[in-house]
Amino acid sequence: MSTALARPSAGQRQPDTAPYLVVDQVSKSFGTFRALERVSLAVAAGEFVSFLGPSGCGKTTLLRAIAGLDPATGGRITQAGQDITHLPPAARDFGIVFQSYALFPNLNVTENIGYGLRGPAWPKPRRVERVAELLALVGLTDHAAKYPAQLSGGQQQRVALARALANEPGLLLLDEPLSALDAIVRQHLRGEIRDLQRRLGVTTIMVTHDQEEAMSVSDRVVVMSRGRIEQIGTPEEIYRSPASAFVAGFVGRSAHFAALVEAVPGEILADGRRLPCAAARKLLYGTRLAVFIRPEDVRLGPAAAALPGHFPAEVTHLEFLGPICRLSLEAGHLRLEADAPPDAVAALGALPGAALPCALPAERLMVFPADE
Amino acid sequence: MSESALGAVPRRRGPGDALLLRGLLGLSLLLLTLLLALPLLLLLLRAFETPAGGFAGLANFAAYAATPSLLAAAWNSIWTAGLTTLLMLPLAFFYAYALTRACIPARPFFRAVMLLPVLAPSLLPALALITLFGNQGLLRGMLGGGSIYGPAGIVAAQSFYCFPHAALILAVALGTADARLYEAATVLRAGHARIFATVTLPAARYGLVSAAVVTFTLVLTDFGIPKVIGGSFPVLATDVYKQVVGLQNFNMGAVVGLVLLLPAVGAFLLDRRARGELDGRRAGMLSGRALPYRPRPRRARDWPLFLLCLLVAGALLGVVGTAAWSSLVRFWPYDLSLTLDNYAFARFDATGWAALGNSIRMAALAALFGTAMVFGTAWLLERGAREARIAPLVRLLATLPLAVPGLVLGLAYILFFNHPANPLGFLYGTLAILVLNSLVHFYTVPHLAAVTAIRQLDPEIEAAGASLRVPALVTFRRVTVPICLPAILDLAVYIFVNAMTTVSAVIFLYGPDTRPASVAVVHMDEAGQASAAAAMAVAILGVTVVAKLLQLATAGVVDRATQRWRRR
Repeated sequence: MSTALARPSAGQRQPDTAPYLVVDQVSKSFGTFRALERVSLAVAAGEFVSFLGPSGCGKTTLLRAIAGLDPATGGRITQAGQDITHLPPAARDFGIVFQSYALFPNLNVTENIGYGLRGPAWPKPRRVERVAELLALVGLTDHAAKYPAQLSGGQQQRVALARALANEPGLLLLDEPLSALDAIVRQHLRGEIRDLQRRLGVTTIMVTHDQEEAMSVSDRVVVMSRGRIEQIGTPEEIYRSPASAFVAGFVGRSAHFAALVEAVPGEILADGRRLPCAAARKLLYGTRLAVFIRPEDVRLGPAAAALPGHFPAEVTHLEFLGPICRLSLEAGHLRLEADAPPDAVAALGALPGAALPCALPAERLMVFPADE
Repeated sequence: MSESALGAVPRRRGPGDALLLRGLLGLSLLLLTLLLALPLLLLLLRAFETPAGGFAGLANFAAYAATPSLLAAAWNSIWTAGLTTLLMLPLAFFYAYALTRACIPARPFFRAVMLLPVLAPSLLPALALITLFGNQGLLRGMLGGGSIYGPAGIVAAQSFYCFPHAALILAVALGTADARLYEAATVLRAGHARIFATVTLPAARYGLVSAAVVTFTLVLTDFGIPKVIGGSFPVLATDVYKQVVGLQNFNMGAVVGLVLLLPAVGAFLLDRRARGELDGRRAGMLSGRALPYRPRPRRARDWPLFLLCLLVAGALLGVVGTAAWSSLVRFWPYDLSLTLDNYAFARFDATGWAALGNSIRMAALAALFGTAMVFGTAWLLERGAREARIAPLVRLLATLPLAVPGLVLGLAYILFFNHPANPLGFLYGTLAILVLNSLVHFYTVPHLAAVTAIRQLDPEIEAAGASLRVPALVTFRRVTVPICLPAILDLAVYIFVNAMTTVSAVIFLYGPDTRPASVAVVHMDEAGQASAAAAMAVAILGVTVVAKLLQLATAGVVDRATQRWRRR
């Protein structure tokens, strides 16, 4: 079985071929509660996609619908051209890592990994060979005879991963696979998962509420909220060009304020201040807006004074975060956050109480119609 | 790549797996319907029939209400049950409190003694009390002219019989406590009495309700004790027996059975509410970072509690010891020399030792099939087929037997399996019907225990198996059963012990060759052979104690075989 190795690697996605997994208008209700509302997306073969959103947004429900664990109540799911909407989990082609790992506590590592390798397709020598291969793959060869309770959280996670990959599924599902681990192990393992996925080229869907995790490993991120998809895009797209106020507020840090579109094209009015704003150019005069700006985009001091629409702001608070300092600023009713390197902060004399010139670059303002 | 992946993965498991599990749950439903729902339904119908089979309307109930002796029996049942509960509950509470919240020596010993009455038939304390306080009793003078035959004997014997049930529930309720609550109360300068009243008692409130309800129901529905020590004092349980076996009046028996069912169902519903709230509270109480409470020595509390434990344990051992002693005495109370003659049962009763063999066979078969059915059904309800449409119905039927007194179930069985139109009629009088009856009679407690054990497993175990394309039944066999094996053994021993000691249901159902030992005790006592009756009761106790000891002895082996993974 070298099919896994023969798959196209994740880097070279092939947009011209048909997508591997298609979710079409899928809905799911629990009683009167609509957990998923006509959700559609397509995943290419070999792609790593993350479902990102706050708890209760439907991301796990969607994953479980794809796995067939909680079948969808409406819509269609096709995998490799086959309609799997109503197939039971055992008839589908996927491996899954649960949030709790769900390792069989009474079976040792070898038995756990080899659990699905049964039947005529897996005679004993072949099974032994495959388990050894997987143990090596996740670096647990020395722990083969241990029980799950004798392993660290990170090791348990790797066993779960090896078990899910054992019979070479076409689709790997990861349900918050790292949330039970501490921060350092989490960062390390997320790199490992990504490497493994690239090497095997297995199409992968990961559910997470941790945006840093989603952005660091995914080819594309699906941002969800209240049972709907808010945006599908590369990590850079969802960070730089959020499709909705929800995405702008949920992904990354940002300050936001209300504004109105001015008569002059490309200008908005916020708290009595006219600000140039590239994104407002095509909007109707008088439209009410929610405006978002990320802390690293706010310009301060001489750099700000050079930009049109700059204004004085008072530093109210200073947080030292190591490589950068985060300043809280107040200008009238506008409350902003700005990031600056500690050296620059010292040079500007930006201590609490000081007033600084401040500017919001026109092309960095993210605007959305208010009351969305 | 999809082509090769599809080719490589054989599609072995289709929807057939889910269908099989649903089918198995359907089988459980069929069995519970045949063995529980239909017999009870027939009993209900018979209460509205004339002896000739016509529709009687409420005539039977009117006749019941017009018979003062029957009404008196109902009242007697209720007040003796109430009095037993009132007298015994404080003792059980402080005994359980001593075991869980005080530093007394020999706790394992006291815990073991507490469980002793569970292993004995309910007849045993009644026989022991008669030995001591009966017409020829050694301590008869202590009663000051009163008689043990009647309410006094019933209440005393029932207290002994119900003590472990109440104490166990209370020990569980008191066993889970958050040490931080006690630390907080101490820091806020509450005294011991105030902490007891504001922290300990409220936490044990639902346990107290549950223990009271269980005691009340047990006393109300027990048949053996009033039969042996009740004398001419009528209660509901003996009335059913009298109507059916004595007067052959099945319709009036059905009416009395329904009257007996009413308070039992009421108590059952009350208990369910209390337990539901208890579970909810415990989940809330011990979630997060609760620290288990560990008692520290305090003489003012520990000494009185130790003394209480000594007294109670002494009484429990004394009762069992008296029964054992009287079974060994040549001719009570005139010749107290010891002999094994009373154990030569063939001298007193044609069945002889075969009765004990019947009981063991019946209990072993009930334990074997009962455990398989209870655990399998509980797993199907919790995991395998929890979405099935019939699941709520099966769940209801599984909890129903707790509310049905053994006598009522036994009566329902006679009516159902004796019915000329019933194709299952051939079962009547066989060992099979005794086995099936015991299985259903003691279904609920093991069912709840199995559900609890299964709920402790990771909820994704089956999903993980399914995602690996392993049939659910294989995961059940390879993972669920091995993990739960200690709990499964507990179920088996529970069913075995109860089937060994029960009288109430089987007394209607045995045949000439299948009379169980517990019924033989009743018959020998009726025939005036008290020593032989005591000997048979002690023999039953011996079998159940051996079963329990065997379980403890094999626990090590079972642990090594299936629980190695628990060690770190």
